[in-house]
Formats: sequence, C-alpha cells, structure tokens
Amino acid sequence: MARRKKKHVDIEKLKVRDKKRRVNGSLGGDIAIFVFLTLLGVFMIFPIYYSLIQSLKPIEELFVFPPKLYVLNPTTRNFSDMFKVAASMWVPLSRYIFNSVFITVVICVCNLFVCCCAGFVLSKCKFPGDKFLNKLIVVALLFQSNATWIMQFMVMSTLGMIDTYWALILPNISTAMGLFLMRQSMSTIHDSMIEAAKVDGAGLFRICWQVVVPNSKPAIMTLIIFAFQGAWNIQGGSLIYSEELKTLPTIVQQITMAGLARQGVTFASAVLLLIPPLVVFLIAQSNVMETMAHSGIKD
Amino acid sequence: MAKKANPNAPMNKQGKLAYTWHMMKVNKGCYGLLLPFMSLFLVFTVIPVVMSLPIGFTNFNMIQTPTFTGLSNFYTLFLNDDTFLIAVRNTLIFAIFTGPFSYILSFFIAWLINEMHPILKTLFTFIFYAPSMTTSVYVTWQLILSGDSYGYLNAILMDIGLINSPIQFLTDTNYILAVVIIVQLWISMGAGFLAIRAGFQNIDKSMYEAGAIEGIKNRWQELFTITIPSMGPQLLFAAVMQISSSFTVGVVGQNLVGLPSTDYAAHTIMNHATDYGSIRYEMGYAAAICFVLFAAMLLANKGVNWLLGKYLD
Repeated sequence: MARRKKKHVDIEKLKVRDKKRRVNGSLGGDIAIFVFLTLLGVFMIFPIYYSLIQSLKPIEELFVFPPKLYVLNPTTRNFSDMFKVAASMWVPLSRYIFNSVFITVVICVCNLFVCCCAGFVLSKCKFPGDKFLNKLIVVALLFQSNATWIMQFMVMSTLGMIDTYWALILPNISTAMGLFLMRQSMSTIHDSMIEAAKVDGAGLFRICWQVVVPNSKPAIMTLIIFAFQGAWNIQGGSLIYSEELKTLPTIVQQITMAGLARQGVTFASAVLLLIPPLVVFLIAQSNVMETMAHSGIKD
Repeated sequence: MAKKANPNAPMNKQGKLAYTWHMMKVNKGCYGLLLPFMSLFLVFTVIPVVMSLPIGFTNFNMIQTPTFTGLSNFYTLFLNDDTFLIAVRNTLIFAIFTGPFSYILSFFIAWLINEMHPILKTLFTFIFYAPSMTTSVYVTWQLILSGDSYGYLNAILMDIGLINSPIQFLTDTNYILAVVIIVQLWISMGAGFLAIRAGFQNIDKSMYEAGAIEGIKNRWQELFTITIPSMGPQLLFAAVMQISSSFTVGVVGQNLVGLPSTDYAAHTIMNHATDYGSIRYEMGYAAAICFVLFAAMLLANKGVNWLLGKYLD
C-alpha cells in the first residue's frame, strides 16, 4: 500500500497518470505477493519459532501429541534444568559459556581492528601491489573458512595450535568478507577529508582511526554482526580435545545427541545459542543494509 | 643495489624496479597497516588454499614426513574411488539447488520485499535472513522429520491418509538427499541475500521515472530493463557468496543425517574431505580432494562472472 502511495508522489511530479504506469501494480497483485511472502516466511521462521516455544513449555505440555504451537504456562524451568544437567558434567556449563563469550569478543575486536586498518589502506592508498591485493581479496571471498578448514587444520597442527584457544581465534580474524565490506564502504568517503588531515600533519594510522573509521559506523556495525555470528557459532570440532576449552555450540550438540527425551533442555540450549545473534542483527539491521548497499563487486 | 637507486635518475634498465622500490619505501606505512591482516590471511587462507596442490601429490599422515607419490592421489580419486564420484554427483545436485535456485529465489524475494512498507521490509528481511544465522535448530528439523510415527511430518501425512507407515526421512536413501536440500535451502539466504536486498535501495529513483516516460508498461519490463542491469555489482557479490556456500555444503548433512549418511546418499565432496582429513588422517588424499573442490569453485566463479558480465554489459 505504502509503495503505491510513494510512487504516487513520484509520478505526480511528472504528471503521468498512476493507472497507466502500474499495469501489474493492482491491489490484487499486492495481496497475492503478501500472501506468497507470508507463506514462505512462515516456513522460514517456523523451526526457530518452534524451538523458542518448546523451550518455554513445562514438561506436561512438551510431550502432548499432536504438538501445540503455543505455550499455555510458560516456564523457565528448562533453562534452569539445563544448568543442572550441565552441573553433572565434567566441566560446568558456565565454562562453556565463558569460552564462547571470550572467543567471540576477542574475534570481534581483532577482526574489526585488522579489517579497518587494511580496508583503509586498500581503499584510499596507492602503493605498489595495491591492485594485486584488491583482486586477491575478491577471489578470496570464495574461500570462506568452511571450505578451507581441513587445510587450515594441517597448518595449525604444524604450528602446534591444536587444542588451544589460538586454533579457534586466529583463523577467524582475517576474513576476506570483513575486509571487502570495509574497503567498499570506506571507498565512499571523500578524499578531501583525508587530504585535509594530511595537511594537518596526521600520520596514516591517525587518519585511519580518527578520520576514516569514525565515518564508517554502519560498516563497523555490520562487521561486528558478521564476526559475532561466525564466532558465536564456532564449533571446536577436531581442533579442540580438552573439555574445558570447548565452546557452547559443541556442548549444545552433545546435549542434542542425548536424544529427544530431554527435549526441554535441548531446546533451551538451542535457544540460548540462537537468541544473541538474532537480537544483535535486529538491533543493527539498518546499518547492515546501508553497508551491504556498497558491497558490489566492480570490475 | 636497488636501495641506492635515485628515483629522479634517468630511467635505465633497472629504473622501473628502482622506482617501485622507492614507492614501496615511501609508502611503508601502508604496508605496516596491512601487516596484521595480511599475515593472518596468508597463514590461514592463502597457504591452505595454495598448499592443497603440492600436498595432494604426497602421502601424508601428520606424523611421518610426507612422501612424494606423484599423481597417485588424483588417480585414485577419479578412477578408483566410487564414493568420491557419488560425492561429486551429490555436490553438483546441491550446488544446483542451493546455488542458482536459491540465488534466483533470493533475488525474487528481495524484489518483492523492496516495494513494501519500511516496517514490513525490515520484518521480512529479518525472517528470511534469520535461518542462516542459526546452526542449532537442527533439533527442530529432527523432530519434524523423525522416523517414527511421532515425527511431525509423518504424523501429518498419516493423519491425512497419504501414507500408512512412517517414512524414515533421515535414513531412507530415497529421501535423505531431498531432506538435506530443503534444510540447506532453508539456511541459504545469507549475505548474498542481504546484498541483493540492499542493492535495490541503491538504484536511482529517477531511472524509474525516466523509464515511465519512455513507456515501460509493467513491473516485469521494469525489472529486466532497469533494475537488473543497474544491480550488477551486488549480483556479482551475491553470486560469489552463493558459490562459496553451495560448493561447500556438508555440515548440515553431517548434523542431520550423520557422517557418513546411509549408503553415502547425502555425501558431498566436503564430507569426503572431512572423512579423510579429520577421521582417517590421510592428509595427502584430503588435500587432493580439497584441491579439486577449490578448482571447481574457481571455475564456477569464472563461469558466473562471464555469464553475468555478458548480460550486464
């Protein structure tokens, strides 16, 4: 509806009749699109919604069949049970949570730092090799960590990083995607600002952190979101053997493996893992959109 | 030698080299700022990708020093390893569904969302993007697809009367591939979708006004003559993202139907590499598999670039 209104203003300026312009833009078409998107949206959101509902259900409601899509007496018992279940394990649940939070924070901060520095140089400086590096980054977008992790594993075992925090943190700091988004967004900043800073006698590092970085807030937010999502979902896999270094997703998977008898706890742990990235994304959504608008690859 | 060269000196044979060296010295701050990123990038992205070829020529089990075995790994891979051929077939099926199909679907959805009220826009973007942020809701899918009569899908189908006995969705070889494809599609709207979605906002509104004057009749014509050609860069970015994720599917299947799945019905190249790399520790062979995968990804990327480039220009 709003689209019609908005277009209407545009068109009035041009004095072209609305009806003539929008052959397919009928009310019926709009409703059809809305229904189609809603149905598809329900399919997309249902598993997430259902996890949330299951995690809030008390035990009497959990195993009702056919299952209910709503919860009558929401309870947080599943969440407290989760800690109880985890208390009987080798390592308390809080340690896994600490591991995940620690890794996520370190990765986000480091990722932001290295990508801001490198993004500024690649977008605003000319030096021998800049063209090659710019091309390299675009190609490297193809090789995200899920493609390269087996070869990374080999490198890390050579360096003796297996079974330490390093194995989880270091491979996720220099992401091609982070640098690419940063570079694209920073290249929209006007050169005159940098010239002015140069005239005032600022060094490269100061230009980067006092002029360019403060002007690319949306890109920074986006970078944090992507880094957060990636880091929060890191599973130790074969990189980590010590129980006390494992992360939250690993333990959620272990609880899930216990079978569906502990459904409440399983869903509570799944939700614990699920909520933070969703909330962070929802808050910073507009920033993400602004950054992604510059994300195109130009040849 | 190069250090002493004077940049203002007349160009001789080494002039270009000396000039480059001089520029490098002048811009050493740039390299300083690049250093933290590039050193980690080199160790964890460039070396793993580049080293996959030389290690693919060896027999390496992580303990003994690698021994050179020539082409034998690649030879085995293509001629003697039936599982690998199944994996290639499955990966291609996955790539087609979660690649082009999901790419076009993302574009289509983004296009439909774009014309809505801002609040609905945000809501729908969130809904479609949300699954790709989650890795832990497999358990819901397991409940839905569970093989006994309490699996939700089975229960519904039996209620309607379409089937008489529950279907083993997660272990029956007839269904595994389809099931994993659906779940993979469910999480496939990631950064590429966001880029396309944002690309729509970038388009100059005056283009549409000009189009209206030029006599564009309907939405479809507008889409093909104005919208798509002016979204080239975003489409390329989304294509790269889509290729990168669709060629490396495997984790979803691993979590949902196990590794290896029944009769290797959902075995992908990535699963195969995981199998040899982190279970059997035959790193030489795993590296060969990875190299084939990387080569296929690069090739697909070149192909898509060529195709899109042809259309967009």
